[in-house]
Amino acid sequence: MSNVNSALKRAKLLEYIFRAVLGFSALFIGIILPIIILIILYKEASLAIDKFGVINFITSTDWDPVAGKFGGLAPLVGTLIATLLATLIAAPISMGIAIFLTELSPNKLKPIFSTAIELLAAIPSIIYGMWGLFVVAPLFGEKVEPWLQDKLGNVPVIGKLFEGSPTGIDVLTTSLVLAIMIIPFMSSVVKDAFNMVPPIMKESAYALGATKWEVIKQVMIPITASGIAGGLILSVGRALGETMAVTFLAGNVNQIPKSLLDPFTTITVALANQFTEADTDIYLSSLYFLALILFIMSFVILYLSKLMLLQLEKKWKV
Amino acid sequence: MATNKLKRKVENYVFLTLSLFSAVFGLFFLFWILGDLFINGFKYINIDLFTKDPVPPGMEGGGLKHAFIGHIIITFLGTVIGTPIGILAGIYFAEYGRNSKIARIGRNIVDIMVSNPSIVIGAVVYAILVKPVGHFMGIAGGVALALLMIPVIVITTDEMMKLVPKETREAAYALGAQPWQVSFQVVLRAAKVGVLTGVILGVARISGETAPLLFTAFNNSFTTLDPTKPMASLTVTVFQYAMGPYDEWHRQAWAASFILTFGVLIASITARYLIQRKKH
Repeated sequence: MSNVNSALKRAKLLEYIFRAVLGFSALFIGIILPIIILIILYKEASLAIDKFGVINFITSTDWDPVAGKFGGLAPLVGTLIATLLATLIAAPISMGIAIFLTELSPNKLKPIFSTAIELLAAIPSIIYGMWGLFVVAPLFGEKVEPWLQDKLGNVPVIGKLFEGSPTGIDVLTTSLVLAIMIIPFMSSVVKDAFNMVPPIMKESAYALGATKWEVIKQVMIPITASGIAGGLILSVGRALGETMAVTFLAGNVNQIPKSLLDPFTTITVALANQFTEADTDIYLSSLYFLALILFIMSFVILYLSKLMLLQLEKKWKV
Repeated sequence: MATNKLKRKVENYVFLTLSLFSAVFGLFFLFWILGDLFINGFKYINIDLFTKDPVPPGMEGGGLKHAFIGHIIITFLGTVIGTPIGILAGIYFAEYGRNSKIARIGRNIVDIMVSNPSIVIGAVVYAILVKPVGHFMGIAGGVALALLMIPVIVITTDEMMKLVPKETREAAYALGAQPWQVSFQVVLRAAKVGVLTGVILGVARISGETAPLLFTAFNNSFTTLDPTKPMASLTVTVFQYAMGPYDEWHRQAWAASFILTFGVLIASITARYLIQRKKH
């Protein structure tokens, strides 16, 4: 009997140990790590936060390492502009791709097409950057942008967006390459959401004589609205933190771009280019301040996206 | 009435055609990028690329041995550190954490962390490892990559273990197994291909990363096997070479990118294939 008892005890003890190790790993990645990241970024940025203040830092365009004056407005605005434009380009195309993959593609080819689209997400960011620099930037600088200037330069308001000398290293090419990079994220979320729509709802609409597009527009899109929003916000979150592709194409000029053909900078570009060159404490601390802002922005945006997707799942997942 | 019907039909064709164009647009860019990589990269692949260290900038010849070796070492370190933590955490979320509120919050945060900007992780690892020690290190790059890889593995492990039918677990419990035995000896075994897939996806993810290595492993013009020294990687070298002014550098950057991309794509396709097979 005592043998059985001690064996039971040992089993219980083992169970505790396993549970503790597993629980700690889960706690580490799910709770502790994000908190550590926040604390470390805050600690490293505190010098700049104390010296410049939050409001002052995010409203100033100063970036003068020699004078020790730093403000994050230019990279912040640059990040927002590139993200917004990339999302504007990517959103309709991602919707189209999702519709194609769920409704149009022959069943046999579906896995091939969706793998191909998702491979766009697997290509490393640096490859997009290098390809953008060697292929897209020259093409845009020499052909596409002069053509756009020629056609649209004299149109009121829109013409202003195409002022400046076309170099290919600017807002336009950056946003385009960024858009290609985020398309697979949004289209795969929307595709999954479309697949959750119960077939019977589509069939009822078809039975009432609806065309394919009407079924998509009036049945599938309304049902999956929160999933589409979630996918959209996810791609915004991805675009915000994208570094290498943007670093190659933005030009790293600390200014707020006035036209689509201006070089600019983003938070990630400033970090990638200047982090290892920062020779004073306040310089490095200002870069950490930017990193902190980026981390908080992406976290909040990705959290919103997650909320939207959870809402959809709650409603339709069996 | 007839015109209305026509309008609906036209609208239908217009939007479905646009949808088809979107797909063509996506595929067009995929093939454009891969095509350029193949055309520009493949022809510069030679033995020297793998067996020689770089020559002084601007000179012809030399290779990227230092970057290949560094890349393998850093990726290996990241995988060795990240895989156990990722799998353990994934098991917890799948097996133990189903009814706990904190675990659910943690699981949702992992979904957020997987899309977290990788450059931020680099900056954090710089603050905790590189700054106190005083110089860049290969191992710091490994740690940064591990932190990026863990969420990928957690998510796949969790999903794959949840696919294992409840009856399998109940059968094991009925035989008197402890919960840990059920998790490790029954469910994990049943889901092992899925878990392996997660590791492949994780390796594919980190082997293409550049940003977190810039502040951690940094770069090195020479081959080193010592992870406490600054260490070159393919991605950082491609960054340096592509941004540099020399044609020879550009050629080697294309060749390295070709190898890197097709390596990552093959890994991703394998992982996707394994997941598809598991789900059906």
